[in-house]
Amino acid sequence: MTRIVDPTDERVPLSRTLAPRPQRLSGVVALLDIVKPRGDVLLDRLEQRLAERLPGVTLRRYRKPTFAKPAPDELRRRIAAESDFVIEALAD
Amino acid sequence: MPDSLPSFSLADQHHRAHSFPSTRPALLCFVKEDCPTCGMTMPLIEAASQALSGELDVVAIGQDAAGNALMVEQHKLTAPMLDDSTLKVSYAYNVEIVPTIVLADESGAELRRFEGFDKADWQSVLSQAARLAGRPQPRPEPRIDWSAYPASRPGCGSKSVEPGMAERLAAEASGSSLRARQIELGAEEDPFEFMFERGLTDGLPVIPPTPERVMRMHACTRRDPQEVIATVPPNLAPLTIEKVAANAVMAGCKPEYLPVVIAVLEAVCTDEFNIHGVMATTAGATPVIVVNGPIRHRLGMNMKVGVLGSGNRANATIGRAVKLALRNVGGARPGEIERTALGGPGKYTACYPEWEERSPWEPLHVERGFGREDSVVTVFGLEPGPRLIVDQLSRTAHALAGSLGMALESCWHPKLHGYGEVLLVISPEHADTIKRDGWTKSQVRNRIQEASARPIRDLLPDANAGEGMALKHFGLGNSTAEQLEQRIPKFRKPENINIIVAGGEAGKFSSAFGGWFSGPMGSISVSRKIEEML
Repeated sequence: MTRIVDPTDERVPLSRTLAPRPQRLSGVVALLDIVKPRGDVLLDRLEQRLAERLPGVTLRRYRKPTFAKPAPDELRRRIAAESDFVIEALAD
Repeated sequence: MPDSLPSFSLADQHHRAHSFPSTRPALLCFVKEDCPTCGMTMPLIEAASQALSGELDVVAIGQDAAGNALMVEQHKLTAPMLDDSTLKVSYAYNVEIVPTIVLADESGAELRRFEGFDKADWQSVLSQAARLAGRPQPRPEPRIDWSAYPASRPGCGSKSVEPGMAERLAAEASGSSLRARQIELGAEEDPFEFMFERGLTDGLPVIPPTPERVMRMHACTRRDPQEVIATVPPNLAPLTIEKVAANAVMAGCKPEYLPVVIAVLEAVCTDEFNIHGVMATTAGATPVIVVNGPIRHRLGMNMKVGVLGSGNRANATIGRAVKLALRNVGGARPGEIERTALGGPGKYTACYPEWEERSPWEPLHVERGFGREDSVVTVFGLEPGPRLIVDQLSRTAHALAGSLGMALESCWHPKLHGYGEVLLVISPEHADTIKRDGWTKSQVRNRIQEASARPIRDLLPDANAGEGMALKHFGLGNSTAEQLEQRIPKFRKPENINIIVAGGEAGKFSSAFGGWFSGPMGSISVSRKIEEML
């Protein structure tokens, strides 16, 4: 009989349910650029198209300082407090 | 107030349970069959039992079941022979030598103890036992022909202190310092398959981290097993010394490697190093570890032929232990948070000592402000594998460093300049060529910068090679032909070229680990002194 010491962090992942999906866009939409190459090109175009189609929606741009590190807590809190939706330009 | 001894209950040769303490005083005699001094002692135990039992418990406590039966037969023992083949009682009583004789009063407090055989001790303990047994009227002492006995004779090592056993017993004892969850495998389960199926390995076989192995590993650090040495991204999980030790066992480390593994994990789990980015990047990076200082020799690390792999246990398993800890505790598993598109062999392990004695220059750790006698790890977030640089013809430092510069320009992409940290591993023959001209490391770095510099126009993306640097990187909008001639060195600063000497004596080759996204926005190399137990 072999007994082993658990080499992991022993934590059980939390399963979270997705936030409810609204039927229509309203309020504030955050456009988050993680600063990967050409993410800004994508977001510029999205911003332009969304402004045309949804004039009642407020679009707000955010940027991570670097794609190589997780978003700073302060930035995440600010986006959560100020926005109803987030669109993130994730990768190259 | 005498010390109170641990209580126990053990079965004798007739399967009868004997508890200690009982209501009587007791003479406890720890013995093992293959110890001649124990054999010599057995008649004394039997005589004491016959003379004193009823008033005082005289018991032999034997350390292996088959040997116990043999001793009962050989010595026609009527005294109880208690079976301590699990050695739990021997361990609890700190028995290091057999025979160990312990006299206890009726409350279970220790009155005296001696080891081996000593005639005077035995005579005196039997007198004392007789007084205890017959209070207020002492019982007659057992009759023994003392002339048949030598004055003294040393005992033998207790089974409870045999190699590996002490750690196993320590882990099993209720006072074990291990606190991690322990998993009991079924009798039919293969430990390696069990661990592989649960995603605990890197795909190669691992050593099962049994409690006794983890305890033995932990013996090479003074730090408490429950000390949290880091919070490991991406899961931001607390990393204890015990968890480091478990992963080091799995990787195949010897216990003396543990202080190096600890120092590396502390170094990589810093904000500067940014292990989250290094592990998660699609580009593919890994912690590349350089070891400096006297510990290289103490651990038998290979800094010579084949230094970058494979064949040396310390080199291979230290790096692997770090990766397993990052995977198992930090949660950086390939395909999950570890997202490298391609990976590389360095993702298994990447740990190398510098051959300081063969270098014409100060070793890496001394350059970074440590003493030569300090043992230090330096971690770099770099490509997960070395690239070979061939130059068999250069005979001057200028020409050779020029070759190294041209080769290094290909890191990431020849058109991407303003680059961060790399690690250049210069072989002894190349070091000799540079040494003959008396060049410093700084001169080598400057020559690399000179040889790898390119005009801006060569760095712009074009139809022949779509990668490159936009004009805005150089602060240029509408540029003039003259501006496009400005030469840009490969590296942001010469110090980004980290240089060590290592490798076999023969062969005009060097090697380099290309960088990742380095600097404050990516990863910065970190050095940390190794805390050794000397």
